[in-house]
Amino acid sequence: MLLPLLLPVLSALASAVEVKRPRGVSLTNHHFYEESKPFTCLDGSSTIAFEWVNDDYCDCQDGSDEPGTSACPNGRFHCTNAGYRPQYIPSSRVNDGVCDCCDATDEYNSGFVCENTCKEMGRKEREALAQMAEVAREGFQLKQVLIEEASKGREDKQRSLAELQEGKKSLEEQVETLRSVKEAAEKPEKEAKEIHQKKWEEQKAAEKAAREQARASEAFQELDDDGDGLVSVAELQTHVELDVDGDGTLSETEAQTLLGNALQADASSFRDAVWAAIKENYKPEGLPDAAPLPEAPREEAPEPQPDLPLEQPAPEDDYDEEEEEEGDDDESNEEEPKVPPAKQPSDKTAEEDEAEKMPPYDEATQALIDAAQKAREQFEEAEKSLKEMEDSIQSLEKEISFDFGPQGEFAYLYSQCYELTTTEYVYRLCPFNRVSQKPKHGGAETNLGTWGSWAGPDENKFSVMKYEHGTGCWQGPNRSTTVKLTCGKETVVTSTTEPSRCEYLMELVTPAACQEPRDPGAADHDEL
Amino acid sequence: MASERLGMAALAWMALCLAAAFAVDRSNFKTCEQSSFCKRQRSVKPGSSPYRALLESLQLSQDSMKLQLVNEVNKVPLLLELYGLQGNMTRIKINELSPLRPRYEVPDVLVHDPPTTWLAVTGRDENSVELSLGDSGHKLILTGKPFRMDLLQGRELVLSVNPRGLLHFEHLRHRKDSFSDKVSSSVGSLWDKIKSLFYREEPKESAPEDGAAGEETEPALPGDQESSEKSTKSEEVSDGPNRAEEELGSWEETFKTHTDSKPNGPTSVGLDFSLPGFEHVYGIPEHADNLRLRTTEGGDPYRLYNLDVFQYELYNPMALYGSVPLLLAHNTQRTLGIFWLNAAETWVDISSNTAGKTLFGKMLDYMQGGGETPQTDVRWMSESGIIDVFLLLGPAPTDVFRQYTALTGTQALPPLFAMAYHQSRWNYNDEEDVAAVDDGFDTHDIPCDVIWLDIEHTDGKRYFTWDPNKFPQPRNMLGRLAAKRRKMVSIVDPHIKVDSGYRVHNEIRSRGFYVKTKDGSDYEGWCWPGSSGYPDFTNPEMRAWWASMFSYDQYEASMENLYVWNDMNEPSVFNGPEVTMYKDALHEGGWEHRDLHNLYGFYVQMATAQGLEQRSGGLERPFVLSRAFFAGSQRYGAVWTGDNAAEWDHLKISIPMCLSLALAGISFCGADVGGFFKSPDAELLVRWYQVGAYQPFYRAHAHLDTVRREPWLFGEENKALIRAAVRQRYALLPYWYTTFYHSYRSGQPVMRPLWVEYPDDVTTFSIDDQFLIGNALLVHPVTEQGAHGVQVYLPGKGEVWYDVHSHQKHHAPQTLYVPVIMSSIPAYQRGGSIVPRKERVRRSSDCMYRDPYTLYVALSPQGTAEGDLFIDDGHTYNFESKAQYLHRHFSFASNTLTARSADSKGVFESPAWIERVVILGAGKPAAVFLRQPGMADTRLDFQHEPETSVLTLRKPGINIGADWSISLR
Repeated sequence: MLLPLLLPVLSALASAVEVKRPRGVSLTNHHFYEESKPFTCLDGSSTIAFEWVNDDYCDCQDGSDEPGTSACPNGRFHCTNAGYRPQYIPSSRVNDGVCDCCDATDEYNSGFVCENTCKEMGRKEREALAQMAEVAREGFQLKQVLIEEASKGREDKQRSLAELQEGKKSLEEQVETLRSVKEAAEKPEKEAKEIHQKKWEEQKAAEKAAREQARASEAFQELDDDGDGLVSVAELQTHVELDVDGDGTLSETEAQTLLGNALQADASSFRDAVWAAIKENYKPEGLPDAAPLPEAPREEAPEPQPDLPLEQPAPEDDYDEEEEEEGDDDESNEEEPKVPPAKQPSDKTAEEDEAEKMPPYDEATQALIDAAQKAREQFEEAEKSLKEMEDSIQSLEKEISFDFGPQGEFAYLYSQCYELTTTEYVYRLCPFNRVSQKPKHGGAETNLGTWGSWAGPDENKFSVMKYEHGTGCWQGPNRSTTVKLTCGKETVVTSTTEPSRCEYLMELVTPAACQEPRDPGAADHDEL
Repeated sequence: MASERLGMAALAWMALCLAAAFAVDRSNFKTCEQSSFCKRQRSVKPGSSPYRALLESLQLSQDSMKLQLVNEVNKVPLLLELYGLQGNMTRIKINELSPLRPRYEVPDVLVHDPPTTWLAVTGRDENSVELSLGDSGHKLILTGKPFRMDLLQGRELVLSVNPRGLLHFEHLRHRKDSFSDKVSSSVGSLWDKIKSLFYREEPKESAPEDGAAGEETEPALPGDQESSEKSTKSEEVSDGPNRAEEELGSWEETFKTHTDSKPNGPTSVGLDFSLPGFEHVYGIPEHADNLRLRTTEGGDPYRLYNLDVFQYELYNPMALYGSVPLLLAHNTQRTLGIFWLNAAETWVDISSNTAGKTLFGKMLDYMQGGGETPQTDVRWMSESGIIDVFLLLGPAPTDVFRQYTALTGTQALPPLFAMAYHQSRWNYNDEEDVAAVDDGFDTHDIPCDVIWLDIEHTDGKRYFTWDPNKFPQPRNMLGRLAAKRRKMVSIVDPHIKVDSGYRVHNEIRSRGFYVKTKDGSDYEGWCWPGSSGYPDFTNPEMRAWWASMFSYDQYEASMENLYVWNDMNEPSVFNGPEVTMYKDALHEGGWEHRDLHNLYGFYVQMATAQGLEQRSGGLERPFVLSRAFFAGSQRYGAVWTGDNAAEWDHLKISIPMCLSLALAGISFCGADVGGFFKSPDAELLVRWYQVGAYQPFYRAHAHLDTVRREPWLFGEENKALIRAAVRQRYALLPYWYTTFYHSYRSGQPVMRPLWVEYPDDVTTFSIDDQFLIGNALLVHPVTEQGAHGVQVYLPGKGEVWYDVHSHQKHHAPQTLYVPVIMSSIPAYQRGGSIVPRKERVRRSSDCMYRDPYTLYVALSPQGTAEGDLFIDDGHTYNFESKAQYLHRHFSFASNTLTARSADSKGVFESPAWIERVVILGAGKPAAVFLRQPGMADTRLDFQHEPETSVLTLRKPGINIGADWSISLR
């Protein structure tokens, strides 16, 4: 209605160039708007009298006839913003009582007074840009160092991997050699030990036989009540414990049977035949109740335990827990493979003590054993080294397999952790590993996700990291964390938020995210 | 962060609902059988009533009739009062003639004492009296024995009171000091056993097989056998202090682990009504059910008892967050209302003599000329208070709305922004989050007026405070929003953290404003903050104090653009019976919570609205959203349908739920867009934005545990669809505002069932998947997943409707199959109407204040149309106090569109003008002229599209307040 159709742009910019054009039209477009001619909508859909341009009524479908008013729902208004950046705003923001353009040109008829803040904003922006450029420049330099280090590190790692793999081969050979040596040494050892063992067993048997004979004689004398050198049926019957059929008495017939179907037995036949039949039940006289039990069978000599490692499952298993393993990775750096806990001596000493001691090995045998032991130790040592080497190779291979960015610039984050403390929690980001949250004032740590992948947009894949499959939420998803990487001189976590339930957002500043600074001066500021 | 929140919130909830994940745990809530008074009332069977009206006691004054009723069994006298009210209403009050103590009469709900009209006795015989009710032409025949009342218009019976003899008034009594009276209800079963043993000794008497205690009577005396059946009948409807009542929990009642001490014993009241000729009844919100009420035979009655129902179920009569005891009945001849003014727990039984009949059966009845007249019977049962019932006699739907709102008030005219789009979530985490969401709406060019903060914004759930870490600079945040002409709503719940370091708590406690336990100490329950006190909002001093808390110097950092939301005001008490307050808790004046439970939320919103009003010195109109409500809540703000879920059925039910509320006076209703629990997929979310765009209160809200769902998080395509829906809302704001103004002025609902506008079209009576806004727009939003089309019923014999998007004309009545795609929101403008729009949609409604209007003139088949537009400043009471408004009337006839004032009292300067007139259904004129008084005619440019017959008049450019006419020649 009352709106001036044209506003000569006496723009605040004290520029010599002064181009007359309808309000809201950019310099690049101004030639479409010629006062002397009917206006054709930019989409060509219709042509209208020039008076209808910016007359606050929308005639063109594309909104191009009302660049300076809010009449068209799909129109756009151009603010020059001298001193700052030019900008298009939707037509709906023209005269809406909110200052959108820093040059205040969007609020020309709303009753709202906006200040021209373009110079100030331009200054601030330039400062900020300069500062950012400085940061970017320094950051980018640091990044070069990181890249170099990474490349060196990678070479080192690959070299040491190659070396390790080489070393592994020779170590494997060595292990094999030592195994043969060990086996060669163990054979005579085993034989000598067996001989020794056998001897000892024979000796034990002889001793046992002698003991039996003594007991038989003793019993004979006890039984031979009349001292006639014979044990009679009657004499035997005094020992009811020898009752065979369990009726509580030892009948004559039973006694005769025990005596080898004879009425009596002399010392020799008693010892050779009768004693064997009755010794299990025979109770020496004088101690009717506390009869010594027949000698416990002691055939089994304490076996010298071959060096089977006594697996103590508990501590080992703990190490298999994923979290622990990953937690360990940070600190131990995979250099030393996990050492199984020192083997516990078994709890057998008591038993062994009770057993009769085997006489020490003779010198020759002992020498063989010592030699074999040494071979075993050498073999085990070598085998352990091999295991360690394999672990090193594995961890190196794992590290090398990570995608540390196009130039490996993110490699330095590997095996590091960064913390941020908020009012309630301590957040911990261990890049390529995991994110966690721990209440400041005690309480269990919550896993906010383990390393998933690079998740930036296609053109900038390495700007975002994604950590997934953290601890589950009540009625919700598993926790996950998105880490946004921005350029900076230092490596630091600057913020952590939970924009959506159980979905965390972290910001990590790192030189590795710095891009090569553009040629200063290439930045265009305004079109005038 | 998550873990701690989970701690408080989830654990509290989990304690409530150890049951299934996504359905209400019904066992937390009473059935009628478990509610002793409902069971007692329901056990009263139809038959001859023990009540007799003592016609000789009739006293007639100028405007009322008083009469005694007596229960002939227990001889307790009741007082019946009858008032003829102006505007075709009748009020019936029944109370004890001389109760032991006063019985509760609901205060503050009626806007004033309803003006009465004259009554006259026009006839009388030994058992009846005939009264004439004012000038309305209604007569009332009161029958003495058994007591009943029949209301007639001419010879036509309109409605009967107590026709089935279900009046049951439990009088106040002393607890009898007998053995049986001492037996507590829990020991009652023991007594039962003793009794049945006793019975078995009587050889002739068979032990009562039916355990239903209501059937039981005192043991019949020997020799009384023949009369026992008869005596049973009279005993069972009597108030007689028989033992059966003890067993029914008259003096104590236990539900789950909660015991209600009931020091006043049985106090319930019940009454029945018959509605001959009516098959369709509506109202009595809030229930998650269809618009048309169903019969309750064989199931539970509809329950009215404000409850915080976790994950409520659809299509059943269970109680929900709010209650309005207004029932409407409608047939092609007449619309009636029954307003049962009682704030205690209430159940409503509905039965029908045609409910079981098939259509064929009904036709047979009709053809045989016989059969019964269809009839609906309604029975109201309340736990305490008195019978105070208003019969709203219509006869038209508009009359009933006018009658009801004359009693309880009309919809407050909301500030304009409140009708725009609201963005909420439990919770926007901190100031940065709020800023990001605010910016998001600008970045993605979606209008938004209000950002909401749920409970997490407070310092430890202490309302009126801000979390010092997450919201350290609330004034800056509010200022930032204000600069974009946006608002904020913060939550203020009525449970107050018991914490001696919390000023609000200390003040309420020291002033004695908390609700008390039956023993007189401050009542404490468990809610979000942990142990909490509940201010006694029924106390006017408490409400005044509460209101003062909203002044800018009391509510820290509050500013003009901060408004308030009252949640949990049923009240919700996590560890209370049925998740609410003990019924024997005590309020101001010694009233039990039982007496006024359903009023609590009403008072909370009232006090809060008063606070917002007062902080501006009475200038600014408040905006307060409430979850609980009662009759009259429409005077204080908006309500929403509570904690729904992201499910298609929940989307669908939002229509009948808001329609039922609208019929009961509460027009400003909405459902959480997207669904509160669970996460909607993009299709459901888009459809919900489309439905919400055409419902009165338009707010997206989500549970703490759901994934974020701001409109731009679902891809470009869905974002564009949501943007389009929200923009449709904004463009129509002038129409919404005008429709709300009508609601404010005349009590007509904003969102209407079709039958309200087409009362004689039976087809419309059960429709609740489409609705009208005002009388000009019909909407049938898509509420089905994967829909390819909808069946739209276009009502009105000889009328036409225009598709608001394509402008295509459709003849009515017809059921139209409309194919739909994702962008479709089927909506139609009625031929004969004029709808004003603002088509320059901006980032907030306030930004559109000065914008010009487009008038959509939809021609009737007769080539006529009319409509109006209400304008004021959009936010103050000046329209009321200083008549600063414009009410414009537009009419089209004889090819001339004329604008004139619809109300010359209003005077207001608006900068807005008319940029366009779109005439639907018009031919191509040769020329168009604009005429203004005292000025020469000017020619207007125009465009005509012959395919759709749309004539667009270019830029009349007249101020909206001016008189003018435009003629097509």
